[in-house]
Amino acid sequence: MIWIEAFKMAMGAIRAHKLRSCLTLVGIIAGVASIIAVMTGISVIQSTMEQEMSVLGSTTFQVQKWPAGGFNNNADFRKIQQRKPITVANANAVRERVKTADLVGAEIWRFGSTAKFKDESTNSNLWICGGTREYPPNNTHYVEFGKNITDEDVRVGRKVVVIGYQIAETLFPFIDPIGQVIRADGRKFTVVGVFEEKKSAMGGNFDNYLLMPVSTFLRIYGMRDERRGGERSVNMTVNAISPELVDAAIEETRAVLRLERGVGPREEDDFTIFTNDSQIRSFNQATEGVKIGAFVIGIVALVVAGIGIMNIMLVSVTERTKEIGIRKAIGAKRRDILLQFLLEAIVLCNVGGVIGVAVGFGLGNIITLFTDFAVSVPMNWAVIGVTFCTIVGLTFGLWPAVKASKLAPIDALSYE
Amino acid sequence: MTIEMTDIVKTYGMNSVEVQALRRVSLSVAKNEYVAIMGPSGSGKSTLMNIIGCLDPPTSGSYSLEGEDVSTMKEDQLAEVRNQKIGFVFQTFNLIARSNVFHNVELPLIYKGVSVAKRRKIAEEALEAVGLADRMKHKPPELSGGERQRVAIARALVNKPSLLLADEPTGNLDSTTGSEIMSLLDDLHADGNTIILVTHEPEMARHAHRIIRLKDGVIESDTASSARAKRTA
Ligand SMILES: Nc1ncnc2c1ncn2[C@@H]1O[C@H](COP(=O)(O)OP(=O)(O)OP(=O)(O)O)[C@@H](O)[C@H]1O
Ligand SMILES: [Mg+2]
Repeated sequence: MIWIEAFKMAMGAIRAHKLRSCLTLVGIIAGVASIIAVMTGISVIQSTMEQEMSVLGSTTFQVQKWPAGGFNNNADFRKIQQRKPITVANANAVRERVKTADLVGAEIWRFGSTAKFKDESTNSNLWICGGTREYPPNNTHYVEFGKNITDEDVRVGRKVVVIGYQIAETLFPFIDPIGQVIRADGRKFTVVGVFEEKKSAMGGNFDNYLLMPVSTFLRIYGMRDERRGGERSVNMTVNAISPELVDAAIEETRAVLRLERGVGPREEDDFTIFTNDSQIRSFNQATEGVKIGAFVIGIVALVVAGIGIMNIMLVSVTERTKEIGIRKAIGAKRRDILLQFLLEAIVLCNVGGVIGVAVGFGLGNIITLFTDFAVSVPMNWAVIGVTFCTIVGLTFGLWPAVKASKLAPIDALSYE
Repeated sequence: MTIEMTDIVKTYGMNSVEVQALRRVSLSVAKNEYVAIMGPSGSGKSTLMNIIGCLDPPTSGSYSLEGEDVSTMKEDQLAEVRNQKIGFVFQTFNLIARSNVFHNVELPLIYKGVSVAKRRKIAEEALEAVGLADRMKHKPPELSGGERQRVAIARALVNKPSLLLADEPTGNLDSTTGSEIMSLLDDLHADGNTIILVTHEPEMARHAHRIIRLKDGVIESDTASSARAKRTA
């Protein structure tokens, strides 16, 4: 018999038992939806994270005291705490000696400042970055109005700032900020530039910080971290001359720093170098566990649902014994009956699968309703979900279908 | 010969209590014969019909249908024989209740692998022949008993079988509807069909040319129907 006919018969049988079919589908829907929802959710976060973490230019890498990810244990934490802070002198050494790099920036960050202009004031949640002229290109956050800080500003330690877009909006609703004098933590600074607006879905601080020369920063706040104790550590950004030279630049930087910081030949680095890619990779590793968990839960739900399908198909075969007898009496072969019941199970599962995928996409994207995260519809997971449903239908529908196909015609026909 | 049966035995309940439903029945039926099988309840009429119709294999004996030995065939081969050589009409109609009349009638053609367009044409003609062309989209429960039996007859005929088997086709119908069905069978016989009919009622048996009487699983008598001869004269 032709597939189309068997398919139509299957649909007819499913439609004839709407309520029962729906109840059976709940399990399949739950299984598929849970997998798809988690995968969608992760992909929503992932695509946004990748964007957010790609602040560094593609040829740029960072050098920090602290690693990008967390720590495996307390011992690791303590070991890293022992590291000497990275200094402006370290950055200067790299700038002078690494020939494969053209831009080497040094930044120090401090949280909790307030900026004021006349009667306007920001909250006390500003970040201050003491940096160099390399900061904007290396972090792909450019000055839109006015100008950047200069080498001269850093050498002399001028009290000039480039302010974030949001700060400019708060302090200068009506006038041009360039050239105005603001007070940050009570000290006077001349605004030389305003950064471009750079919204962040992850609640980052891209529009809420001000950049001043690192020398000015050190003169005011010092090298000592008044909150956490210990020395402040410089965050170094290094830009390689070309994409092919990124690896060479990393190696050169490492060599210069080891020498500069007196790391012995057999000791490991006392600093961490990372690129956008390595950060994204470590995020992906972190989500791997969640993915596997969701997958396992989904599979378990699907197997349970599959047993439900098998049960309902066995009931269906028994109920329709007479029908099977009639079909056989007028010429249905074993495989005709087998195909009919197997397709019924598969179609049932796939109806559930498609609904499950839709529900999963919906649930996985709920987070985008409340945040600026981008909606994500991972079609590859839709395909995987539907494929799994087919496998479940095939596996658990097989036995009932075989049972139906093996009924003796006369016994089936005289079944009451 | 359409049917050649020799020493057919059918035993039920192999292990516990054995019931010999048929004991060495031999029978031949020629093309375009109209045979009625009669006999008391439990005499083995239905058992014989099911064996003739290849629905049930005999315990022993040989059976050839249109020269083909069907007693040694496998299940799928038998399905093919049922599909293409045999048309069944049952006492309880045996239609698929949730499918409409048209689908019920085209079903044997689907299993034969006939194309959609051809199926439509043949099924419509068959329904036309039994006077139900206007009820195609109805489902069996919406039809009267007589109408259902006519649908069943249309279904039995779509594959142009060499043999039409009717096991008490009027058993669930009132006498008026019953005689309508019987005259339909008469017409089919006149068109050249070979018909075997099981019935309790002598009135119905009179439509046949030949009457076989069964008793306790053996053929008691096998005679030409004089009544019909008289009536047609
Ligand atoms: N599946 C079965 N298992 C056991 N015994 C059976 C089976 N089918 C029929 N029989 C027995 O075989 C004998 C013949 O039955 P059959 O149905 O052929 O009789 P029948 O002549 O058609 O009777 P009726 O006129 O009542 O329909 C009966 O004794 C019946 O009990
Ligand atoms: Mg009977």
